[in-house]
Amino acid sequence: MSAGASGNGGSGSAREALVRVFRGDASGGQDVEYRVPIEPGMVVLDAIHWIQAHRAPDLAVRWNCKAAKCGSCSAEVNGKPSLMCKTRMDHFAAGEAVSVRPMKTFPLVKDLVTDVSWNFEVNKRIAPFKPRPGAEWKWQQSDIDRVQEFRKCIECFLCQDVCHVLRAHELKHKFAGPRFFVRIAALEMHPIDGEDRTKFLKETAGLGLCNITKCCTEVCPEDIHITDNAIIPLKERVVDQHYDFLRLIWNKLRGKSD
Amino acid sequence: MSERYETHEHDVLVIGAGGAGLRAAIEASASGVSVGLVCKSLLGKAHTVMAEGGVAAALAHMDPQDGWQTHFMDTMKGGSFLNHWRMAQLHAQEAPDRVRELEQWGALFDRTPDGRILQRAFGGHTWKRLAHVGDRTGLEMIRTLQDKGVHSGLDVYMECTVTRLLKDGDRIAGALAYWRESGRFVVFRAKAVVIATGGIGKSYRVTSNSWEYTGDGQALAYDAGAELIDMEFVQFHPTGMVWPPGVMGLLVTEGVRGEGGILRNSKGERFMWKYLPDARRHEYAENDAEARQWVEDTVAGRASQARRPPELSTRDNVSRAIYTEVKESRGTPHGGAYLDISYLPAERVKRKLPSMYHQFMELADVDITKTPMEVGPTTHYMMGGLRVDPDTGAATVPGLFAAGEAAAGMHGANRLGGNSLSDLLVFGRRAGAGAAAHARKLSSMPPVNDAEIEADTRALLAPFERSSGESPYEVHRALQDCMDRLVGIFRVQADLEAAVETLEALRRRAAAVRVEGTRMFNPGWHLARDLSNMICVSEAIARSAALRKESRGAHSRLDFPGQDPALAQVNFRVTRSASGMRVEPTPLPQMPAELRSLFDAKPAPAKQEAAR
Repeated sequence: MSAGASGNGGSGSAREALVRVFRGDASGGQDVEYRVPIEPGMVVLDAIHWIQAHRAPDLAVRWNCKAAKCGSCSAEVNGKPSLMCKTRMDHFAAGEAVSVRPMKTFPLVKDLVTDVSWNFEVNKRIAPFKPRPGAEWKWQQSDIDRVQEFRKCIECFLCQDVCHVLRAHELKHKFAGPRFFVRIAALEMHPIDGEDRTKFLKETAGLGLCNITKCCTEVCPEDIHITDNAIIPLKERVVDQHYDFLRLIWNKLRGKSD
Repeated sequence: MSERYETHEHDVLVIGAGGAGLRAAIEASASGVSVGLVCKSLLGKAHTVMAEGGVAAALAHMDPQDGWQTHFMDTMKGGSFLNHWRMAQLHAQEAPDRVRELEQWGALFDRTPDGRILQRAFGGHTWKRLAHVGDRTGLEMIRTLQDKGVHSGLDVYMECTVTRLLKDGDRIAGALAYWRESGRFVVFRAKAVVIATGGIGKSYRVTSNSWEYTGDGQALAYDAGAELIDMEFVQFHPTGMVWPPGVMGLLVTEGVRGEGGILRNSKGERFMWKYLPDARRHEYAENDAEARQWVEDTVAGRASQARRPPELSTRDNVSRAIYTEVKESRGTPHGGAYLDISYLPAERVKRKLPSMYHQFMELADVDITKTPMEVGPTTHYMMGGLRVDPDTGAATVPGLFAAGEAAAGMHGANRLGGNSLSDLLVFGRRAGAGAAAHARKLSSMPPVNDAEIEADTRALLAPFERSSGESPYEVHRALQDCMDRLVGIFRVQADLEAAVETLEALRRRAAAVRVEGTRMFNPGWHLARDLSNMICVSEAIARSAALRKESRGAHSRLDFPGQDPALAQVNFRVTRSASGMRVEPTPLPQMPAELRSLFDAKPAPAKQEAAR
């Protein structure tokens, strides 16, 4: 179906892109084609805004900062989970249609907007930061470089979208997903955190279901090494904590709760 | 139509979930009252997330001479002494505790070599004062508050837009809202409401602000009878991106200049030297060599005997400088100035300014470690807003409170960089406590008026009924064009009066827009409602600006380039009256003698900045 109109308002000489946007809701929908005039440096979100302003004022999309800092405008661009505000239109070949669809892993609300509330529910179940009693609030920059990497996460949920445990196997009820392994890793590796989340990781968050295919790392717009720096060390921690009796005793002595 | 709407009850309802709203909600909740937190976007996406450079607090980790008195004086000077002295005082005194508290809640700021919170220099701050996390301080702050908040027992209503404050007689009784997803209405009954809705940037086309910044809180409060003040003071951040077109206005953190970034014009001149106000010239480096020494000491993490580079002048001054350079034909190819940090080691730039590096690389094909950026002024921050009691955040309507950018008084005529994140924490906490205390005093929930709700919902749905009418996007474009053109950095009487007339016409156009589609997640419909807020605050800006016939802080008048001593003694107050918007002068709160004497004790007394 083409709703892109002809000649787009008289500026016939401008370069145009063909953008195919999913339109619909839980009851069904289809891709709709729009012809969008191209400006230098334009990103996919600009194209979506142009369509809203000129062709489809009710086109639903989430966005906020338009600077890859808030993680709102997640979608699947030509099948790849992407931030629309960071995906340049000139990265596509001239004449190539650009497909923009909502994230597949979450229930569709409308057009490009999905219901991501499940993520917020998972977050609530993670034990919060708990400083060790008596710890000194001093640490070296090198002690927190790794945690700061995790805290760059902008909660775009693209890693959740691409993760096959959630996307293909739909195991949301027993798997927290890469975003929350990153979050837990940040807490666990905080220099003075005293909480122990390994039991939660193993029994509730389903860390064992991750078979480290690294898809999450590939789509992360913040370049967080999710698999190597967060998930694998957490897996090691779970193994250590649950199968190393001596370590358990040692941790008790150090004041880490079980 | 009598649609059944859901109702929720809370002692305290907080509108807005950025730093101020979250901090208010956490505080109110901690005091034992029931708290609802409503936000237009998903939790954690509010504008605070975009704050980059840091949070200002006189921790004195880098410069032991620092203390709350200096921070207080810097804030008052930055605001051209139109600030409410008490807010500036509380802010300077309490910011260090609020920053340490964030750390206790899990935030991880960059560190000094001896393991404490690292602080960086920023414009207008005498000492290195900004606690930061690279150039993503806002993200660290909002995530910390968000995670603290979700474990504080408050109820969060995400993607829910408030359209009216409900009243019982003179006092607040709650709010009417709609769910963005379904378009269905929801009534919140509350004993106290905290407005923490942020700013107004979307009235302008070139802005660093997101779609949410439509002046909701200011307009809702104005409609409810509250006083707004200082609405003429809109901060144009000196460094927004100017190219490519899609990112025009996107923020380039002041942290770039804090790390040593140099501004040059197309002739290669470091032009900030000539724009330093005479009264403050002595605070800045004498020449390139001294500025370079300051940068080298800063990179090495040691206290410097050298004075700051001229680029660290206040934002209002740097914005006018860039604007003037461009206007006098010394601009860059895309109409800005060059901002150069490429003379520092690439690794240092990437480490301290990672998101700037990526932003320019990915969106503009510019490697800032090798090439200067092109930057120009962008609408950034609203100094004006609800008039509040400094200690409690109480607005002038009983039961209504405000904090953060939506509240006024803290920053006067111009805000210093870094003072907004600390403002959110200090006054978010105070407003949350104030609202909770107010709520506890009421024995029962104030009643809401069903007829008022019914009338409002009918008006909200009217754009769907129209068979013809403009698109709200067209009216929005016209509004932004009006504000960019007539109420921008440099203002003149004729333009401001023309703006007021244009806004009146826009109000009529906005009232007649047609919305297509259904109520389900319909951005066109959402914009149709937001338009009336934007037009309301735009009118307040234009009318206040027309009355302030002088140049002070962020408000620059080409027809009145100097300062008027009489206007140094007033804030302009905006209220709603039967005949429309009323703007009138109201006396500036007078600083007590012991605070005033702080300025006398300094070698350089607080002379007014020379107008340019």
